[in-house]
Order: sequence, then C-alpha cells, then structure tokens
Amino acid sequence: MRLNKILKNTLLVLTACLVLSACATKKEVATDIQGQMQGDVYTGTDTVEYLADGVPDRVFFATNESILTTASRETLRAQAAWLRKNPNINVVLEGHADERGTREYNLALGERRANAAKDYLMTYGISSDRITVLSYGKERPVDSGSNPLAWSKNRRSVTVKAN
Amino acid sequence: MTKKILVLLFILIPIKANALIEVDITRGNLNPLPLAVSPLSIDEESRKGFEKILKKENIGSEISTIVENNLRTSGIFNPLDKKAFLQAPDIANLKPRFEDWNLIKAQALITGKVNYVDDKLRVEFRLWDVLAAKEMMALAFTTVPNNWRRVGHIISDKVYERLTGEKGYFDTRIIYVSEEGPKTQRIKKLAIMDQDGANNKFLTLGNELVLTPRFNPASQMVTYLSYFKNMPRVYLLDIETGTQEVVGDFPGMTFAPRFSPDGKKIIMSFAKDGKSDIYTMDLENRIVEKITNHPSIDTSPSYSPDGKYITFNSDRSGYQQIYVMKNDGSDVKRISFGNGLYGTPVWSPRGDLIAFTKLHKGKFYIGVMRTDGSGERLLTENYYQEAPSWSPNGRVLVFYRETKTNSKGEGFSAKLWSIDLTGYNERQIKTPTDASDPSWSSLLSN
Repeated sequence: MRLNKILKNTLLVLTACLVLSACATKKEVATDIQGQMQGDVYTGTDTVEYLADGVPDRVFFATNESILTTASRETLRAQAAWLRKNPNINVVLEGHADERGTREYNLALGERRANAAKDYLMTYGISSDRITVLSYGKERPVDSGSNPLAWSKNRRSVTVKAN
Repeated sequence: MTKKILVLLFILIPIKANALIEVDITRGNLNPLPLAVSPLSIDEESRKGFEKILKKENIGSEISTIVENNLRTSGIFNPLDKKAFLQAPDIANLKPRFEDWNLIKAQALITGKVNYVDDKLRVEFRLWDVLAAKEMMALAFTTVPNNWRRVGHIISDKVYERLTGEKGYFDTRIIYVSEEGPKTQRIKKLAIMDQDGANNKFLTLGNELVLTPRFNPASQMVTYLSYFKNMPRVYLLDIETGTQEVVGDFPGMTFAPRFSPDGKKIIMSFAKDGKSDIYTMDLENRIVEKITNHPSIDTSPSYSPDGKYITFNSDRSGYQQIYVMKNDGSDVKRISFGNGLYGTPVWSPRGDLIAFTKLHKGKFYIGVMRTDGSGERLLTENYYQEAPSWSPNGRVLVFYRETKTNSKGEGFSAKLWSIDLTGYNERQIKTPTDASDPSWSSLLSN
C-alpha cells in the first residue's frame, strides 16, 4: 500500500518535471521568433514593401483580431501623411487572413481588418472617396508556410496604389 | 447540358412488400452486405452497335462496373469478385441458380440485359434476394446511348433504395473549385463532375478568383463568388446555358451564397464597414431583404429544408459560433457551446442535423449536431478541413481538406473527401487538379 503511494507520488513528480521541461522548450521556440513577432503579431519586415521612403505598405494583426497595434498606427500615420502630400493618389486596402479559419469567415475578417486601417486613415484626414476596401480572406497568403510566423505575416492589410 | 434524362421507367413485376433483405444504414457499416453484380448481358449485335457509337467494347460490363463502384463506395455493400461467379450473365438474368450465388456468400444479386433498339439504349435489371430465392425488383429504362453512365447511377440508386429504404445519391453531380499553382497565387476555376468523379468539366477559365459554388436544390443553377474585375460579388450561373449575372446591387463585397430550399431565393452575406450581415434576394422580383443587423460578422447562412429557419455563424459572442434564427431574422439563438470555434453550419436535407466545421486546439473537425445544438458528434479530425456539403439523402458529407506545408512552405494540396454520417467510410474523391469548396447536387432524376 505505502510503497504504492510512494511510487505514485514519484510518478506525479516525474510527470510534473516533464511538463515543466516541455514548457521551457516552448518558451525557447517563442524567443527564437520573438525578433519577428510580438504576441502573435508580426513585427518583422520580411514581406513589407514601401509606398515611399519610410512609408511601409502593410500592417499586421493578431489571430482573429482587427485591432490596430501601436506599430500599425504609426505605419498608417505615415501612410496618411504621404497620401496628404500626394492628393491624386487613391488606394486599395487589401485585407487578408491566415489559413487557420473557414473560408467565408476569413473573407469577412479580411474586410474588417482593411476597414480598421481605412477608419484610421480617415481620422488622419484621408477622404473615404480615395480608399477602396478589398478582402481576399485566406486566398492570397504571402508566406506559404504552415507555422505561426508564416500565419502572422499573412494576417495583414496592405495599402496598394490604385492609380 | 443535362436535360433531365429521358427515362421510361416501367416495372416489370410488381414489388412485393415481403420482408426480404434490409440493410440498416444508421449504424457503422463494419459488415457491408456481400452482393454480386453480374455483368449486364448483351447480344453480339447490340454490343457492336454500342461499340461503334460509344467506343466501349462491352457497354453491359461498363454499366455494371459503375453500379459495382457506387455500391462499394457507399460502404454499405461489398460487391464480390466477378471471377468467383459461376453462372453466365444471360442465364442468371433469366433465372438465377441461387445455390451458386449462395455458395460465394452473395446475399443479393443484380442481373440485367442491355439492348440496342432504334438507336436507343434499353437496359433492364433485376435485384434478387439470394437467401429467400426471390426477385426483389425489376426495372427497365430506355434512353439515348450517351446517358449510359447515368443509367448505371440510376440502377445504383434503385438498388440502394430497395435495400436500405432510403433514397440513393448516385445520380448526382458535385460542383467544386479546381485549384492549381503555388499556394500564394492559386488559379481557381469552377468545375463540375459526376458524383463518382467522371465527366469532369471546367466552367470558368481561371482568369478571376472564384469561390464557394452552390447548387440550386431545385434546378441546375449555381450561385458562387467571383472576383470579376476585382469586385468580389455573388453571381448566379446557369450551367446549361453558361449565362451569368451579378446577384443584387450591393456597394461592396457579397459572399457566402446559398439557395433557399425551393430555389427561389439566394441567401448571402454583405460586408460593409467591417460588419457582415445576412441578406436574401428573391430571384423573381429581385427584392432584397436584410435578415441580420449586428456589428459582428454574420456569415455562412444555410436554410432548414422547410425554409422556416436559418443557421449561420457569427462572432457576436466574441468568437465564431453557430446560431439558428427564424427566416425573418427573429429569435436568434446560439446553439454551439462546446470548446473551440464553430463555423460553416449546413442544415441536413433530412432536417434533423446541422453539419459544421470546428476548430479546437489547432485541429479542424467536421461534425454534426442536432438543430438545438445537442448531440454533437465529431466525424473526422485533421490539420485543415472545412465546408461540409450534404448528399441529397443526408447520409454522406463531402468536404475539402488542405495539407500542412513543410518548413520550406512546400507540399500544399487541397482535396475533396467524403465521409458517412456514421463517421465511417472516409474516402478521397479523385479530381484531375487540387479541389475545394464542393457542393452536392440534388438527384438529377427520380
């Protein structure tokens, strides 16, 4: 009986150790890509193109989210400033989702993300007449990987010159 | 293109209501019923006649092969190896020697005859109960020779119906999206094929992105999403004439279309200002109605077979979940409460179940639940799969599955799969290219 109990306890401790070490490995992986991700929002520049010097063309989102991060707002302010300087340029905001969702929901989510970007540009003085929103859902990933980093690059709204 | 098949259907001998073989299809089919599909017999003159027009050496065996494949694919029947058959097809059709068929353990036997009469294809077939030594059914069809595959499907449907007591699903087609090219730049085309993968045809050229085609349950019309001129809109396509038109006049993206059960309305989502709501458009008077009005994403609507209710998914609770409401948008009730996200609800043609996609802990599931959300049953788990569509008899689901890519982003594929409602009999449906977004038609005849 008693031996049994001791054995059981040892087992419990062993299992706890295993769980802990598994956690530790996970954390290391997380730091590996931390340079390019914060939470699960992409912060790198791998796929980013530039509308003009210092004006990145895209912003990134967390899974299932359409909230603009501090970095995204900074990017959009730069875009708004550039658009004010170039009043003849119209833009299309192309909203995208990662592959980890159903197709139809992702179409709506892409539209919601592009609209979050549109609303922000409008508060910085860009007329809605100059902005078209186009959602691609999960149809046009930039990274074909099946991993968190690839998904984070694909959750985006890209500002594209329309003329 | 597929005018309703000209089938002269007459019963040679009245079907008796005796309790003969009966197959229970509500349980898993671990013991499929062994049956023998004897090749349809054909006289030499008819054989030559069909060989000339159809370029098939023996149309009788071709048709019986279709029947055999259909019955095997259903998972409910186990067609036995023809090499073991002792009796010649022509004699078997006249009067089977039941001892011979019993010897190879066949419980049912299908026999028949093909004739070339006045440029037409005449097929008769009989279904026999081997143990009871009785005829269960006898039917004959006359049609144009080009319909020979459909004759095979119709025979399969009749046999299925006689033995299970439920309508078959073999004389049907599947419309889907054909996919080619790298994952980042997929070329997508609408394609259509028979339920067994034969007669594959492309309906669009791939110049613009197309998604989510759905059959009209009452006709051969299709509704789908096209990015024509970079404006994602719901279109209506007549697959017989090829004519198409935009559905409604919306100042933005319309998507997730489906027909009402009577085929007279299209229900879909319209996205505006970051919100997606559900709308219907009456195809006769073009009247558009707004059904939901909520700041959330409401999409993937699907009617109940009586048209009185609509199921859809919404993230109004914070995450994607399944809801049911009355067809006017009132009485919205959430029905999915399990762990994870729930989407793409599709009401069963039988009315009692809703099929769905579930995402939980990084895995995708196809499952079914009752229409009040109770009795959730997950049928299959995978890296990525979604968009179930019901066979017209509500026994089988077809859906698509995507593979995970490797660390270099290679190895992506998308394929169509089917699974029985019981969770057994999962099968890939072969397509010439990668494939997604399948939609099952109603029975073409019957």
